Amino acid sequence: MTPEDPSSNRFRILSPLEFWGKTCLSLVLTLGDFVRFFVAILAGLLRGMDRFGRREMLSQMFDLGTLSIPVVMLTGFFIGAVLVIEAYPQFHALGLASRLGSVTVLSVVKQIGPVLTGVMLAGRVGGAMTAELGTMRVTEQIEALRSMAADPVRTLAVPRVLACLVMTPILTVFSDILGIFGGWLIAVHVQGINNDQFWHFARVGVDIYTINTGLIKALFFGLAIGAIACYKGFRCGNGAQGVGRACTEAFVSSFIVILILNLVLALLLTNIYVMVWPNQPPIL
Amino acid sequence: MIQPTTDTLAQPIIRFADVHKRFGSLVVLDALSLDIPADRTTVIIGPSGAGKSVLLKHIVGLLQPDSGNVYFHQQRINHLSERQLEPIRKRIGFLFQMGALFDSMTVGENIAFPLRHQGIKSERNIQQVIGEKLAVVGLSGSEKKMPADLSGGQKKRVALARAIAMDPEVVLYDEPTTGLDPIRADVINELILKLKEELKVTGIVVTHDMASAFKVADQIVMLLNGKIIAQGTPQQIKTMENDDVRHFIEGRANAADLKALHRL
Ligand SMILES: Nc1ncnc2c1ncn2[C@@H]1O[C@H](COP(=O)(O)OP(=O)(O)OP(=O)(O)O)[C@@H](O)[C@H]1O
Ligand SMILES: [Mg+2]
Repeated sequence: MTPEDPSSNRFRILSPLEFWGKTCLSLVLTLGDFVRFFVAILAGLLRGMDRFGRREMLSQMFDLGTLSIPVVMLTGFFIGAVLVIEAYPQFHALGLASRLGSVTVLSVVKQIGPVLTGVMLAGRVGGAMTAELGTMRVTEQIEALRSMAADPVRTLAVPRVLACLVMTPILTVFSDILGIFGGWLIAVHVQGINNDQFWHFARVGVDIYTINTGLIKALFFGLAIGAIACYKGFRCGNGAQGVGRACTEAFVSSFIVILILNLVLALLLTNIYVMVWPNQPPIL
Repeated sequence: MIQPTTDTLAQPIIRFADVHKRFGSLVVLDALSLDIPADRTTVIIGPSGAGKSVLLKHIVGLLQPDSGNVYFHQQRINHLSERQLEPIRKRIGFLFQMGALFDSMTVGENIAFPLRHQGIKSERNIQQVIGEKLAVVGLSGSEKKMPADLSGGQKKRVALARAIAMDPEVVLYDEPTTGLDPIRADVINELILKLKEELKVTGIVVTHDMASAFKVADQIVMLLNGKIIAQGTPQQIKTMENDDVRHFIEGRANAADLKALHRL
């Protein structure tokens, strides 16, 4: 075995310097590779799709979107309900229990809806989309596409990313509605808050900008989830093990990217709000 | 090594010039040079792992050599981008070793894919081609089936139908008869011969089936450890003295393999 054979290093303990050097290097290389892939997807999004691509997109929208509606609604409902149950004592102690409407709607629309939907979808997409594309790679279907002069990014990745891009905000709306419903149910029917007050503060707390904040987040989450899932599928290692690993990696990476994007977008969108409406500090 | 004496009139349509290819530390193609004559069938034989499939993938630019060049019609193709390769790929049909059928599509859609992708709009034409090509591989009437519902040999034949759907000028057959019963295998041999004779298709056939090799070949090339160890007409190969070649075409285990078995 020659020194550059990676397998000869497999069972050797690396020195810390070597380990971090290797880790950083592979991270940078992967990131560079991903950026190139992502640019190709963006270019493909602008170029549009052929007939085959449109069909792929619709079937993906159904598989990942429509079929996810029940589970997204269910999780939204429970988290909304729990939110109110746990926030109530504090607000009650401060004598602000009637303001729970604002809290519920604001947290659900800005945070819980998009993040929850993103994470649910990351799991589903990591499991389904990465597995499908990974299997296609392992069984040479992606090479077969290329051999027939078709561009796999355009025929496979673009429709999938577009499906994620469209479906994440839509699913977020479903999650939002059920989250608010769950919160309302507990607040009004369990904690005994006045129904009119709940809705009054809900309306005061939320303007169109807030709703858009949530939807813009969802849009970015969808883009990230779709692109990462496709990337991991396209670069999947060999065999069933390679496919399994790609799925896990897709989910973990999407999850981390969602959290980072959430932070960045929260900072960015809040600052924009303050810039545009300087005299109107965000409520609460 | 015996030099090829297949008629020198035939122009090489594909040329490998000093091609090196390795994966990590594994050398797969080692200074390989090879001319593929137009309108003829070249059969590539060699042990499992010799690099036959890797060789085929270089012809359509699915793999690039580490050094050396690959030519198609005198045009160097190994440095081309995916976009630039498209016109060349449209002229070449590729039967993958494992078939590589799109498993989200029916048999008919699989065969129609290259047609639709290359802009053939008329649905009637497409349906006609699907019917014709399926008949040729003996699978008439299975347009609506999904690849997952087919046997291994049936998948292979659908993949062959897809590879020839566009009537390409070059067809790369990676083990076209593997997994087929002897009769069906011979039908495929006849198909390869017929495509060459009637449509002037240049064929490159990778196979372990020596009967098929001798039947369809105008030229046989044997690969071993990334090098060409023998090249010639079927007749020349049959009478070759080289031990590796003799063992291979007669399907006999060599001394080292037998010795390993004795240790059991
Ligand atoms: N993409 C790849 N990455 C790493 N190694 C590869 C790759 N493709 C092929 N190889 C290796 O190259 C060698 C030659 O593979 P190839 O598929 O060409 O063999 P083959 O001659 O077609 O064998 P068989 O008759 O079994 O199909 C094998 O050892 C294989 O593991
Ligand atoms: Mg092979």
